[in-house]
Amino acid sequence: MAQVRFRQAIAIALADEMRKDPSVMVFGEDVAQAEGPFKTSEGLLAEFGPLRVRDTPISEMAFTGAGVGAATAGMKPVIEIMFMEFMGVALDMVVTEAAKFHYLSGGEFKVPMVIRASVGAGGGFGLQHSQTLENWLVATPGLKVVVPSDIQSAYELTRAAIRDPGPVAVLEPRALYGDRGALVQKEEGLLEIGKARIMREGAALTVVSMGQLVGKSLAALEGMDVEVIDLSTLVPWDQECVSQSIKKTGKLVIVQEAPISGGWGHEILSLMVSKHFADLKAPPFIISPPNAPVPYGKELEELYIPQPSYIKEQIAHYLSTNQVPTPWWIQRGLI
Amino acid sequence: MTKQSEVQSKRRKDLSDPIEQLRRMFEIRYFEEEIVGLFSEGLVHGTTHTCQGQEALNIGLAATLNPDDFVACTYRSHGFALALGLTPEAALGEIMGRTTGCIGGVGGSMHLSAPELGLLPTFAIVGAGLPIAAGAALAFQTRGEKRVAVAVFGDGAANIGAFHEALNLASVWKLPVIFICDNNLYGEYSRIETTTSVVDIAQRASSYSMPSEIIDGMKVDEVIASLNRAIDRARSGGGPTLIEAKTYRYAGHSRADLATYRPEGELEAWLPRDPILVRQNELVASGVLTSAQVEKISEDERAAIAKVIEFTRSAPFPQPDAIFKNIWTS
Repeated sequence: MAQVRFRQAIAIALADEMRKDPSVMVFGEDVAQAEGPFKTSEGLLAEFGPLRVRDTPISEMAFTGAGVGAATAGMKPVIEIMFMEFMGVALDMVVTEAAKFHYLSGGEFKVPMVIRASVGAGGGFGLQHSQTLENWLVATPGLKVVVPSDIQSAYELTRAAIRDPGPVAVLEPRALYGDRGALVQKEEGLLEIGKARIMREGAALTVVSMGQLVGKSLAALEGMDVEVIDLSTLVPWDQECVSQSIKKTGKLVIVQEAPISGGWGHEILSLMVSKHFADLKAPPFIISPPNAPVPYGKELEELYIPQPSYIKEQIAHYLSTNQVPTPWWIQRGLI
Repeated sequence: MTKQSEVQSKRRKDLSDPIEQLRRMFEIRYFEEEIVGLFSEGLVHGTTHTCQGQEALNIGLAATLNPDDFVACTYRSHGFALALGLTPEAALGEIMGRTTGCIGGVGGSMHLSAPELGLLPTFAIVGAGLPIAAGAALAFQTRGEKRVAVAVFGDGAANIGAFHEALNLASVWKLPVIFICDNNLYGEYSRIETTTSVVDIAQRASSYSMPSEIIDGMKVDEVIASLNRAIDRARSGGGPTLIEAKTYRYAGHSRADLATYRPEGELEAWLPRDPILVRQNELVASGVLTSAQVEKISEDERAAIAKVIEFTRSAPFPQPDAIFKNIWTS
């Protein structure tokens, strides 16, 4: 089995789809000559040439909009937003144009476009290059949002997103780009958009996580009787999978990278509490960073992101007391 | 081909004929005048933006493009949609929120769409159409097709980032796209010199190494000639063009705007340049039509619009299931 890095799995997925479908093209800042600022388009320019693999100006509104136009005119563009924050200057094109064209054309135009963006903390990039910001996108009917959590899901979700007939945002945890592991390349049987993945079965608790915190949750909960679900698709998220798990365990904890307020965890938590109030044996809660920007220094950044030791401590307390544990910033009297 | 698309396709083909051009300018003018009345009656709700006075640009654009070229227009696009071939029934149905509308009444006045005529869903976000038209042109270029894309926008859009980013991208990639600035002197309620650093928007093309033209947007022949030059350049790989059409918006920005900010006499000074008046005078002077024939065309169009209104008044409103259609692509 091939050993690759997470970032290479994305480049391989792009190449596999480009070989299969001549309408797939890739553009973004430094994705062609430089093969991507994070090397996620390695080899693409050499193989597919400058018409289908293009460097753009630093001009997110223009090239995201160009993606919408090209998709509407029959291409399958994959555009790269280097850091999720940069989508802020192109958000109109994503939520108000790409996600609305199908509806606004009475179902005639399709926008089979993929918007890739690197997200999250852990690299010391500072607070304007370290947010996940998926909540910018989740209230947009018409736009799917997927978040890979490991090498295999990065490969499969990228291919599935390109094949999807509508716009899909793929939010790639930047901290995982360097991870190395096995990759199985496949044409069929890809992860389905809209399906969660049960990463580990368990009976005492359901943990729902996403992105780089899936791996941290798995490491934290090693040896415990906890079911760990990688949500994988945030829009539309797999209610059935989470529901079934809660029916079995009676307990729910969300582990997220976004700051707690307004984060995606509340969506899962509120819907599941409404639906499973009678099934729940303890109040569900969210493990997350505090409502604060991502700090720069290595130690503070590590403290900010829920680490396996912290996740383990919070969940052990919860399982032994059935009480919601206090987050570290309250424990330490910081706010 | 459905009956509707046959009618639309014929409407588009006929536009090479100057008499037909005149007839269709009357159609747009009367359509827009009636919209104002229907709004007062409460039959058009929300907002609406009419284009009386700017019909030459509507017709000139539709007369020069092929149906498989793409057009991105703004919320002031009833005239462009009608010119491109959308039937008045489908346009008015949409504006009045009925199932007979081009997207079944869920879009409204600012959101007309006609994919088979190349009309992208019209944009209610200022400037949004420019990068998207560039993207359609990118698709045509990448596949080696001879198609072009056009973005029409107002002078107000020349101050938003999307304009500058799209012009730069189109120039760098030599995309087959034509940017048409419909400079009607007002960005919403504000006169151009209070918001814009240049008198002529076309001047900005030089920053992007792009050819540009300034034309009298009230003259349909001038619009057609200019567009043909730009389209030829785009189809032959010569890249984008910025055309600035000097026009005048007879009405306010939207239905709620009575345009009291306009200097006294400004509208009156523009009226002798009215595109319909200019075209009909030309046709009468050259002996193609008599005054009586012009009058007949005008009356016929007024009557035809009255019929469309009659039809649409009794057209059904969409049912709740329309809310859920076409959100997700399958």
